[in-house]
Amino acid sequence: MKIAVRNIVKSFPHNGANLRVLDGVTLYAREGEFVTILGPSGCGKSTLFNIIAGLLSPDAGEIWIDGNPVPDGRGHVAYMQQKDLLLPWRTVLENAILGLEVQGIPREEARVRARDLLARVGLQGFERAYPSQLSGGMRQRVALVRTVLTGKEILLLDEPFGALDAMTRMVLQQYILRMWEEFRRTVLFVTHDIEEAVLLSDRIYVLSSRPAHVKEEVAVDLPRPRQVTDPSFVALKGRILALIQDEIKEAFAHAREMV
Amino acid sequence: MLARWFRKVISVVPSMLLLGVLLLAWEGAVRFFQMPSYILPAPSRIAYVLISERALLWRDTLVTLEEVGLGILLALVVGISLAFLIFHSPVLERVLYPLIVASQTIPVFAIAPLLIVWFGYGLLSKVIMATLIVFFPIVVNTVDGLRSVDEDVVNLLRILKASRWQILWKVRIPGALPFIFSGIKIAVAVSAIGAVIGEWVGSQAGLGFLMIHANAQLRVDLIFAAIVYLSAMAIGLFAFASFVEWLALPWRRAAR
Repeated sequence: MKIAVRNIVKSFPHNGANLRVLDGVTLYAREGEFVTILGPSGCGKSTLFNIIAGLLSPDAGEIWIDGNPVPDGRGHVAYMQQKDLLLPWRTVLENAILGLEVQGIPREEARVRARDLLARVGLQGFERAYPSQLSGGMRQRVALVRTVLTGKEILLLDEPFGALDAMTRMVLQQYILRMWEEFRRTVLFVTHDIEEAVLLSDRIYVLSSRPAHVKEEVAVDLPRPRQVTDPSFVALKGRILALIQDEIKEAFAHAREMV
Repeated sequence: MLARWFRKVISVVPSMLLLGVLLLAWEGAVRFFQMPSYILPAPSRIAYVLISERALLWRDTLVTLEEVGLGILLALVVGISLAFLIFHSPVLERVLYPLIVASQTIPVFAIAPLLIVWFGYGLLSKVIMATLIVFFPIVVNTVDGLRSVDEDVVNLLRILKASRWQILWKVRIPGALPFIFSGIKIAVAVSAIGAVIGEWVGSQAGLGFLMIHANAQLRVDLIFAAIVYLSAMAIGLFAFASFVEWLALPWRRAAR
């Protein structure tokens, strides 16, 4: 098992009370597995990632990597967000090598590796462009290359395509699948898009609404490449949608009680 | 590139025309009312002095330029250092920021005589005067610049176990540079004030010194000529700062 998250609990102070966001979240990913965490927005998915990445500490629970408990995933994980977080003063190529630079890889070597990967996501000829000259989809491709290039074995992808339009998103999904199939990194992927989850993942964890715990674990046993119109694809999508709708109903009922 | 230069030149034509009209009106008024030159000299008279007294004007301009230039450099060192201290320590921020703001409420005129007493009639008192006027926009802009960086970018590097030094060097400083340049450009535009006030209060050379002397001799034309040289110097410094900014921030001129 590459990474395991065990019974993570996290609360935040909110209006004088303690608001529990994560209520004993337990999940794992095998080496090279593509695991998606799916849940209604505001359920604490990003909080969970921030804990794994070491930006927040949990109130309780453990993170295990390669069979050992670790204080957090820092040094083992690379993080990619909805925002591309490119540095506006660096060219595409210099942005892509940022992670390698921080780890002390010589720049020349880093550039060679980055050029190769940039070409593979269709950014050949844009190496010297600045982020402000690129479209949102292209910027996110640069961010993807930067994330993969860090060489970390676990990639945390937090709604990386959340800000993109539907068509650009489809292109990016194909790029990410290609990258994953080639490098076989362990991926933890957060989304609230059911179709995206079924298209990309080996397994899906459906989270409950806040406070979040794992409501159900769904294995996606569909052959790749997957077709979104395939009857078994549609059936699985329907099953997950039903789970999520239950959650939304519960959240509404809960909200009514509070009123 | 050429087309852009051309458009830039075209864009200043209206203000040049207005200036020309104003100068013509001035010239006409002086001639019509037969204004004596020791009250208000005509622009043509000032233009003549600009050239006939160029050796004197140039010598004093270089003196003032040296004071202002050293003042700006000192302000950069002091201002950016203070900004880093304020940025890195909340305690130092609470200690330093109010004092820095308070220092700006003291009129430079009030402390100019003191600085002359403490640091003499020479270069040093003028440099310090220029520094006092100039360091404030540099401190404030640098602090804002260091804070302008998206914390998510900083976190991205933290997750990769980047050191504080790496985060500072790769993210914070480059992110602060546009702000620092804004501060420098404001600073440069006002920099001459401090030096000239210092020269008025006590000095042996410089454009401010020249103005005081010309005033005593009712040479109003020479005062105007000194003002023209002073403005030209400030504009030149501003253009130089803009040019350095243009060189240092190539990503800002990338087409959007």
